[in-house]
Amino acid sequence: MKVIELSQGGGGAESQQLVQQLFYRYFGNEILLKSEDAAVLSLQGQSAFTTDSYTVSPLCFQGGNIGNLAVAGTLNDLAMMGAAPLYLSCAFMIEEGLPFSTLEKVVKSMAEELKKTDARIVCGDTKVVPQGAVDKLFINTSGIGQIQTTTQAMPSAHQLQIGDAILVSGDIGRHGAVVMSARDNMNLHSDLKSDCDVLWPVVEALINKGLSVHALRDATRGGLAAVLNEWAQTSQVCIEVEEDKIPISDAVQGLCELLGFEAYDFANEGTFLMSLPCSQVEEALAVFQQFECTQQAAMIGKVSEFQPGLVVLQTPWGSQRVLELPKGELLPRIC
Amino acid sequence: MSTLQLQDLYQGFRQPKTIQALAHKIHQAAQSLSSPLRIMEVCGGHTHTIMKYGLNQLLPENIEFIHGPGCPVCIMPKERIDHAIALAKMPNTILLTLGDMIRVPGSKTSLAKQRALGSDIRALYSPLDALKIAQENPDKQVVFFAIGFETTTPMTAAVIQQALALKLTNLFFHINHVLVPPAVAAILSDSVCQVNALIGPSHVSVISGAQIYQPLAEQYQMPIVVSGFEPVDVMQSILMIVEQVLQERHEIEIQYSRAVTEQGNQKAQEMIQTYLEPRSHFRWRGLGDIQLSALQLKEAYQFIDAEAVFEAVLSDEPIDDHKLCICGDILKGVAKPQDCKVFGRGCDPTRPLGSCMVSSEGACNAYYRYAEVALRSVKPIERKQATA
Repeated sequence: MKVIELSQGGGGAESQQLVQQLFYRYFGNEILLKSEDAAVLSLQGQSAFTTDSYTVSPLCFQGGNIGNLAVAGTLNDLAMMGAAPLYLSCAFMIEEGLPFSTLEKVVKSMAEELKKTDARIVCGDTKVVPQGAVDKLFINTSGIGQIQTTTQAMPSAHQLQIGDAILVSGDIGRHGAVVMSARDNMNLHSDLKSDCDVLWPVVEALINKGLSVHALRDATRGGLAAVLNEWAQTSQVCIEVEEDKIPISDAVQGLCELLGFEAYDFANEGTFLMSLPCSQVEEALAVFQQFECTQQAAMIGKVSEFQPGLVVLQTPWGSQRVLELPKGELLPRIC
Repeated sequence: MSTLQLQDLYQGFRQPKTIQALAHKIHQAAQSLSSPLRIMEVCGGHTHTIMKYGLNQLLPENIEFIHGPGCPVCIMPKERIDHAIALAKMPNTILLTLGDMIRVPGSKTSLAKQRALGSDIRALYSPLDALKIAQENPDKQVVFFAIGFETTTPMTAAVIQQALALKLTNLFFHINHVLVPPAVAAILSDSVCQVNALIGPSHVSVISGAQIYQPLAEQYQMPIVVSGFEPVDVMQSILMIVEQVLQERHEIEIQYSRAVTEQGNQKAQEMIQTYLEPRSHFRWRGLGDIQLSALQLKEAYQFIDAEAVFEAVLSDEPIDDHKLCICGDILKGVAKPQDCKVFGRGCDPTRPLGSCMVSSEGACNAYYRYAEVALRSVKPIERKQATA
């Protein structure tokens, strides 16, 4: 079996070979192939810049792998600022002994994910470290995008307004549930797939529709609960959510029932939350209907003055509770 | 043929109309109560259900919940957690335990922090995984820090049985299994105790049978209803308790009849009795020392008993809770979490001072997490809906 060796990160002939045969092959574009010390970019107007490091165990899961995450995650961070993704950097930290086929699979997934927008990988780095120094493969990507929301205020956690509607773009918790089920000590099987996806096409359509999007955030680690809490605290408003309106798939709910979790705390990698005036809900939902990944989109609540700084869940039988910010590791309940 | 869907398993038990109808019936019946009803839900799972689904908001003012001691993580005294940490610190050792035991602080540190310092500490999803881990690591000593009430004890007994059958010489057991009836009796026997009815645990009763509460019902003359964990279960159980009180009955009734019998799971009970026996006493966090309230390995199995094998690194010096902590009073129903001076100030789920703040099933933790709305003002319109 062909595996990655320390020499392939050493900067010499083996490194060059890896870069040319793998990374240039899949990511190649005019800027990257210049092979300079830094990429030279032309930017116009306001730009957004973001970075994120990716580590996931196992590397490959149902519905994707670390490569899909590393590209979609950074593209989505740009999209959530209303920025069209343009340029990405990409750094690999590889544990020696990683099968070449695994790395190639990851790189191929990244290239496929990139095709969903006009973004290109324009610079990169490869390190190979001794066994045990990293867990198989870590990836860092940074991204630059051009802000498109020229006519409206940029979406922000500070912008939520009393009376706004809160929308979610799809059913929640799939990525977190898939990764948890895939851990080798869980021994759980289902057809569930991660929601990992690139969200810019949906966001672009929402912007082009001229909607006044007040806040936009992908519900990654910490899930829906973390985003809503951050919004409620930052804008000092109450977010009242109707529990039975939140879309959750059977498989995700099943895992939650089994282990005592709540889907609100699970990570998503292609699902976002949006706050906008109530009067624009119908138009927004119509946009969501045009895309395959947002068919389950729904209005789940509203912004009010009830308990500023808190997220309140309304149960279908008339009681209410605080939806708290997830704390600590997700550990199953005992009985 | 139609297949069983997940919703079929729980949807009926979370049906808004059913919950509201039960709330209505409880309100009607409770008007005839001559004195306030203070129901202790013994099990932490019920505390969780009540707070998560906001069931306390649906009840009339003369019915209140007193949150009992049934959270295995919460009641673990600091000296036992220190045992787990001392065991984990031994060289060449893997320490195994369940769920949120990992984050509970002992006297100085927690297993989570010890793990960050490099100890091999793992949370198991199934206790049987302990066998595989011991087999895969023949050159290491593997210690299973076993916790839980009657519910989880049979699993530990099964692991012991398998470990003996497989002749594993590197798997040891630190037994912290505790018993519901002695702890409840200790609370009820206190003269200041305000509890006058019990919601009996669900899964403890699946194993031990509803019979284990008979002495409590007789001695303390109170209704006991063994309830399921879903909101409809708990609401129906409350209605059954109110009806018992109005009819001046004090019986054991099983609401959770889809899983609980009078006798329980006798095979599981036999398995427990094969390997484990009552411990002369066990110190409960928040309640203190209670005789015959926990289990230990029988003498014949001392060679796999971590408390015997690793005695040299384990101290039995009792360590008290913080002096401002009033967990004992909360468990007896004499105080509510918000009566505590340190609630939400010196003591919160990230830095618990006392037992009830430790796990999501503890009363203080549940109040802290879910009840902020109730502690502030409840919206008039929702309150009206809730009591309609």
